[in-house]
Amino acid sequence: MCCGRSRDKQFQFNQTVPATLHPRDWIETRPEGLYCLPAECFIDPHKPVAQAIITHGHADHARPGNQWVVATPATLEIMQLRYAEQAWHECISLDYDQPLCLNPDAEETEQVILTFQPAGHILGSAQALLEYAGSRLVISGDYKRRHDPTCDLFTVTPCDVFITEATFGLPVFKHPPINQEIAKLLESIRVFGDRCHLVGVYALGKCQRVILALRELGYDEPIFMHGALIKMCELYQSHGIELGSLVAVNDVADKRTLAGKIVLAPPSALNDRWSRKLPNVRTAMASGWMQIRARSKQRNAELPLVISDHCDWPELLQTLTEVNAPEVWVTHGREEALVYQATSMGFRAQALSLLGYEEEDD
Amino acid sequence: MEAFATLLELLYFTNSTLTKTAVIHDYLRNTRDPDRGWAIAAIAGTLKFDMFKRALIKKLILERVDETLFALSYDYVGEMSETVAHLWPNSAGETAIELPSLNEVVDHFRQAKKSDVEHYLVSLLDSMTPAQRWALVKLGTRGLRVGVSARLLKRILAEYGNQDIDAIEALWHGLEPPYTDLLAWLEGEAEKPDVSQRVTFNPVMLAHPLDEERLLNDNQQYLRLSEWQTEWKYDGIRVQLVSTPNGKALFSRTGDDISHSFPDLLEQIDFEAILDGELLVICDGQIGSFNQLQQRLNKKKPSKQLQADSPVGIVVYDVLRLANESLTNLSLQQRRAQLDQWYAKLQPPRIQLSTVLYTPDLKGLVALRQQATDAQHNAVEGLMLKRLDSPYVSGRPAKQWLKWKRDPMLVDAVMMYAQRGSGKRSSFYSDYTFGVWHEDQLVPIGKAYSGFTDAELKELDRWIRRNTIGRFGPVKEVEKALVLEVAFDSAHTSNRHKSGVALRFPRIHRIRWDKPAIEADVLATVKKLIPD
Repeated sequence: MCCGRSRDKQFQFNQTVPATLHPRDWIETRPEGLYCLPAECFIDPHKPVAQAIITHGHADHARPGNQWVVATPATLEIMQLRYAEQAWHECISLDYDQPLCLNPDAEETEQVILTFQPAGHILGSAQALLEYAGSRLVISGDYKRRHDPTCDLFTVTPCDVFITEATFGLPVFKHPPINQEIAKLLESIRVFGDRCHLVGVYALGKCQRVILALRELGYDEPIFMHGALIKMCELYQSHGIELGSLVAVNDVADKRTLAGKIVLAPPSALNDRWSRKLPNVRTAMASGWMQIRARSKQRNAELPLVISDHCDWPELLQTLTEVNAPEVWVTHGREEALVYQATSMGFRAQALSLLGYEEEDD
Repeated sequence: MEAFATLLELLYFTNSTLTKTAVIHDYLRNTRDPDRGWAIAAIAGTLKFDMFKRALIKKLILERVDETLFALSYDYVGEMSETVAHLWPNSAGETAIELPSLNEVVDHFRQAKKSDVEHYLVSLLDSMTPAQRWALVKLGTRGLRVGVSARLLKRILAEYGNQDIDAIEALWHGLEPPYTDLLAWLEGEAEKPDVSQRVTFNPVMLAHPLDEERLLNDNQQYLRLSEWQTEWKYDGIRVQLVSTPNGKALFSRTGDDISHSFPDLLEQIDFEAILDGELLVICDGQIGSFNQLQQRLNKKKPSKQLQADSPVGIVVYDVLRLANESLTNLSLQQRRAQLDQWYAKLQPPRIQLSTVLYTPDLKGLVALRQQATDAQHNAVEGLMLKRLDSPYVSGRPAKQWLKWKRDPMLVDAVMMYAQRGSGKRSSFYSDYTFGVWHEDQLVPIGKAYSGFTDAELKELDRWIRRNTIGRFGPVKEVEKALVLEVAFDSAHTSNRHKSGVALRFPRIHRIRWDKPAIEADVLATVKKLIPD
């Protein structure tokens, strides 16, 4: 299924713009990603393009090699950390709540205005509000509604069309409070005091959130880190997010002292040779997918921690109700169920098939 | 019930056998009879009754959850118990209400009137956490899989009581849940239970696959043919016939009593013995194909007509007991000699002896296997090699029995549809319907869900998500662009499939990312593989 117009139709820039145009008339899906015709700009493209709006720094949304990029300051820092000189050719740093005209050379009636609003997903994550020809479109990117001290809370933004993700778009997904999951980890350390607790976390967002949750529950011992996680934590710390004492595993001379300690590593390192140097490992994995048993087994996680940076099902429905856009486009994830549910809640809803987003990233 | 749910949770997520053993020992030590015996039965799969039916679970959840959302959730999770565990309206949440004991639950369901089952089930589900619900549904529908096989559980029990696992194996099929007699013996509180008078299954001896490469390149080191007995590997189902003065029964390889399906065979058994062999359709001494045998499997009450059309018999290849004498400690050579003698004297109806094949050398062996590959031997699927000096040992002892299956047949087919798997493959697209060309159209000829590595599964899953062109409920139709080299054991005619062919045990042999779909095989090629 595809929203918007067929691709062979060229957008008529010179035509007089009528008072209001529906977003379906000026947005389309292309192989590179979602495209705004009047601004000639892609949103989170997964191939290098001339102009891109980037909602947040996760690698499936922020890719290297674009010519011109607009993103929040933190997202730009994350991209620079990851891609260095490949990050972009030219960039614009745009704070939350600051309107930016994407095509200043166009006549006033044809201008597209971009405003970022916090998405609550990770540091710097934004919803992109596009205003054009009297209508408002919100591309929410990835988002969540839970308390997360590492980023600004999701802002409900009124609009005509709301594009929502559906990563956990099934009613089986109900994420427990993070404290409950972190308490499971702390209890396990109490019971298996001689075992090194290796926790799989994604480097950007999940890692720092898990550290903060441990600190909030009073865990003040050093937390040991796989090398791949350290730079991102330093970036978070430079934004004033206090993560406490972090020690690189490589700097620990006697690995046996890691028994009974917490080691964080990217998921790919859990079953890797790297982890064999750790003493008597108990493997945990922090991800929204851990709610499904078979998923935990696939990860070889003995201790599944259901911690997600996306909305669970109740949060998705809560958001649809609060945003209350008459029309909803659903993308990456389990579109079908959410489209069905949104329709039965009285919204006009359809799936927006965008390729290239990795559903594993949570 | 809480302790049982916790036990399952721990076992499910633990990978190491050592830890699983410790977890079960700990549970046995800290749990009363008969709760712990019911837990053993649930894990070993020896509960004899469903406490409630899957259909009831489904009805109850559909009274509480929208049908479409349930179907989508079930499709994604890939498993009924867990889907229900998560979807059930959360009256309890994560805070537990005190539940009845496992024994109370089992007892209540066992004695409940049909009308009461539903009410009791709802009251339990209402007061449970998702993990407990999962445990209850698994227990009640006997679908428990927590990575502890019956064999491993017996070993864990043996270690618990400092006994030999063979002693447990010998008792096992003569015991009933909740195993209070077994546990009392293991804890030194009672004598060993006496099961000698029961008609019970004796776990069978199994073969390892033969290492073809070593056989062909390193023959002398790998095996000396003079020490081995060679037989056909028959293409039926492995059975154990137990006939004692107390009764007769036919057991499947896994110990299921399948007597009821084969009354025609059992009524003609008139001797005292325990025989190991292959169940086949045998008509006037001629062995029928597996296809014919299939008509007889899983029929609880076979009609007289079916029994007459497809009479079954056993090709016997081993003997565990003759009259009241156990032969399991003898060598295969000695057992076979006794079997030959006994057979010559008795000539029992419906029983044949498996032919012992003689080959002087490796060349002869290879030639024999080639014969098994030829289509006319449709009741044979390869060769069996058994050490002449091997005693009859249950389980899969190393290098005693070897199976050398014939080469699989291969066909290049095109993936047409994909469906999500269950269990370990939950949420991955792992079940593939494939087809071959017939008059410019693809016709489906089968479905495969094995043969690929985990890494290949991920690649296939990604390809499917990117090449979906349609959806029919849980089934995705894909671009007809990916060629799968499919291996299978044999091809048969079929009225069920539009293509008119059915493949036996098809699996993915190779993924031909390189091959254009148009170059896949045509239906006529597949039909040529069907034996006349």
